[in-house]
Amino acid sequence: MANETEKSTREPSFYEAQTGWKSWAFTLDHKRLGIMYLLSTMIFFFVAGMSAILLRTELLTPQGDFLPWLNQGLASLFGNPITEEAAKAQSGTTFNKLFTVHGAVMVFLVIIPSVPGALGNFLLPLMLGAKDVAFPRLNLASYWIYTIGACFFLYTLFAGGLDTGWTFYTPYSTSTGTAVISATLGAFILGFSSILTGLNFMVTVHKMRAPGMTWYRMPLFVWAIYATAVIQVLATPVLAITLLLLIVERWLGIGIFDPAMGGDPVLFQHFFWFYSHPAVYIMILPGFGIESELIAVHSRKHIFGYKAIALSSVAIAMISFIVWGHHMFVSGQSELAGIVFSFLTFVVAVPTAIKVFSWVATLYKGSIEFNTPMLYGLMFLFTFTIGGLTGVFLGAMSLDVHLHDTYFVVAHFHYVMMGGTIIAFIGGIHHWWSKMTGRMYHEGSAKIGALLVFIGFNTTFFNQFVMGGQGMPRRYYTYVPQFQQQHLLSTIGAYILAVGLMWTAAYLLWSLRKANKKIQPDNPWGGMSLEWQTQSPPIEHNFHGTPRVDSDPYNFPQIDRTGEVDGSH
Amino acid sequence: MSTHDAKAMRPPGAIDPPMPLAHHFDTAGQQAGSAKFGMWVFLATEVLMFSGLFLAYFIVRMLYPEMVLSSHELLDKTMGGINTVVLLTSSYTMAMGVRAAQLGDKKGLVRNLVLTIAFACVFLVVKYFEYTGKFSHGIFPGKYFNYAEAGAYAMEHGGHVLQGKPHIFFGLYFVMTGLHGVHVVVGIGVLVWVLMRAKKGQFGPRYYAPVENVGLYWHIVDLVWIFLFPLLYLVR
Repeated sequence: MANETEKSTREPSFYEAQTGWKSWAFTLDHKRLGIMYLLSTMIFFFVAGMSAILLRTELLTPQGDFLPWLNQGLASLFGNPITEEAAKAQSGTTFNKLFTVHGAVMVFLVIIPSVPGALGNFLLPLMLGAKDVAFPRLNLASYWIYTIGACFFLYTLFAGGLDTGWTFYTPYSTSTGTAVISATLGAFILGFSSILTGLNFMVTVHKMRAPGMTWYRMPLFVWAIYATAVIQVLATPVLAITLLLLIVERWLGIGIFDPAMGGDPVLFQHFFWFYSHPAVYIMILPGFGIESELIAVHSRKHIFGYKAIALSSVAIAMISFIVWGHHMFVSGQSELAGIVFSFLTFVVAVPTAIKVFSWVATLYKGSIEFNTPMLYGLMFLFTFTIGGLTGVFLGAMSLDVHLHDTYFVVAHFHYVMMGGTIIAFIGGIHHWWSKMTGRMYHEGSAKIGALLVFIGFNTTFFNQFVMGGQGMPRRYYTYVPQFQQQHLLSTIGAYILAVGLMWTAAYLLWSLRKANKKIQPDNPWGGMSLEWQTQSPPIEHNFHGTPRVDSDPYNFPQIDRTGEVDGSH
Repeated sequence: MSTHDAKAMRPPGAIDPPMPLAHHFDTAGQQAGSAKFGMWVFLATEVLMFSGLFLAYFIVRMLYPEMVLSSHELLDKTMGGINTVVLLTSSYTMAMGVRAAQLGDKKGLVRNLVLTIAFACVFLVVKYFEYTGKFSHGIFPGKYFNYAEAGAYAMEHGGHVLQGKPHIFFGLYFVMTGLHGVHVVVGIGVLVWVLMRAKKGQFGPRYYAPVENVGLYWHIVDLVWIFLFPLLYLVR
């Protein structure tokens, strides 16, 4: 199918329709903005990943050797050498800054904007059969607001960094000498970007659906992005006001959070987690959406429990607003509040389990294709389930008293965020790679990459559950020697994971080379949702005319996988 | 108020410019519906943002009831009252402006928009005098609060004794009214933008979404003030 005659009948893709830097910087095309988000988030993923590698390298030895050596080396490189003692003395702060950079960049610049910004922007209008999102100019604005927020973060890095952790807890954040205001302003601005994206997606889902695209005919990815958008719109304003109050507190000392001025530091935690707990669902719900697509398309079976999966996303979005107190079991909150929050936290497990069981039931008797997107889909089922269930441990009050602030929390969070969202995101990138770029990656290389990521990830984080249970506290730069074996294992895992991710980036970029430019089938997986019913990469206005929908996107025809599927089933 | 009713009430010389349809919409109804729904979602974010401040206010009031009671006596109820009347009237002229746009009454629309902008400016002028009045008596937010000056001012201003930690109350006062003031300034900006377009005769029965949305925004700014005024000025 990759012959010249067919090539000439194809319309120019959205890449070819316009050229020049202005066609990117001022584009109103959701697909171009999706690509721009993809590139930006991946650059920051690299930055945050490198800081994680530095952290893990430091933790190879219990007494702190690597960062002092690095600090000394850097100091002499810049022409003002320091003594070994001085280097050792400042390395604790360096460690704090590194984990803050890792956490804040991953949360605010990578995970929150990654799936909605990149895949959501690219796919949402395509999946709904629309020409664009409801407000294309707002979409462009929200990308540039994202870059302004990112600049504030970069400024923070060059202004000496930030050592509060990504949570900016008071009173430390109002008293530390590091660049709190620029970092919180950055997060404040990024919040606006997130709100505007969420608002845009909500209106798009409500108003831009093609004729016949009823709510229950929408792909589950759209449902997930919709639920995410609702949380973004309702929770992020509270973050905005929290950070604003924190900035004012630091600047003018109004005394609302600072106990020395008569304020209440726990109030900050309430404010912060009222946003940041829903925010972890902003991060994971899009991953659920991708997972539904991966599992259904690559096992070629109608998704099990469509309505249950769709509505459980909405249920998670709603419950997410009333569980924030489980971050504060040991902050002096009342026992009654603790019990209520603990119970509500367990309730989240219900809609989440509905999803997991539905995915497993979808696989049952499906024609499972073990290609790369499916491998990531299965990996997600494995790692996310571990992450989700250990979340129930932490939601139990008595257990949390023992486990809070240990590596158990670190492992849990990475199993849901990395093992959940990022794994799903990488799977999604593979699934829609040919849709976005018109190229196909090398399948063998991709499988090697998936294996490296899987081994690396589990080696890094699994034994952190054990370490945390044994009492290894998080955020420490030195530790007692009994944990060295386990830290060594974690660090080796982190290196394998880094190699796996670099390898993945490498073969994906390699697939973009000129020699690979043969026309791929528009629909390599035989997907039935609307995004597969147009050219890959799509034309500028997505579809020729407005598509009409008469069935749901998981009605796979009973055919073999060798040929392309035609849309009329 | 469907367009059908509006037709009968249309003033002489009414205009009816068409709706400019953006490339990605199929119908005018879809475009107008999107604009309106988007605006309501945006208003929800505004309410949630201010609700954070209101919550902070209630926590402070719960922690330090006497301090809030004694501090609020220093706020000028007359000026606050005048501003309340000014904003309520501006909401009325805004609503009349939206009605004029729906009827295609260009003159009425321009007149009402100008009046709304004028009231908004009056609000800011009154606010300016309030703020400078506070500053001149050492009432600054947070750590810049001058207890000696403010205490002396409270004594001569009705013999009140400032209790506890008034810097928190005034810190919140300046943050809440300041953020509200920023919204008024932004409101003036978008009102001027709509006024320019109204002068070009771009709005009529078929296309008035920008006027309506700016109106909705203006009403929420008004509404926030309706809560701020009693909470800050009329503590009992």
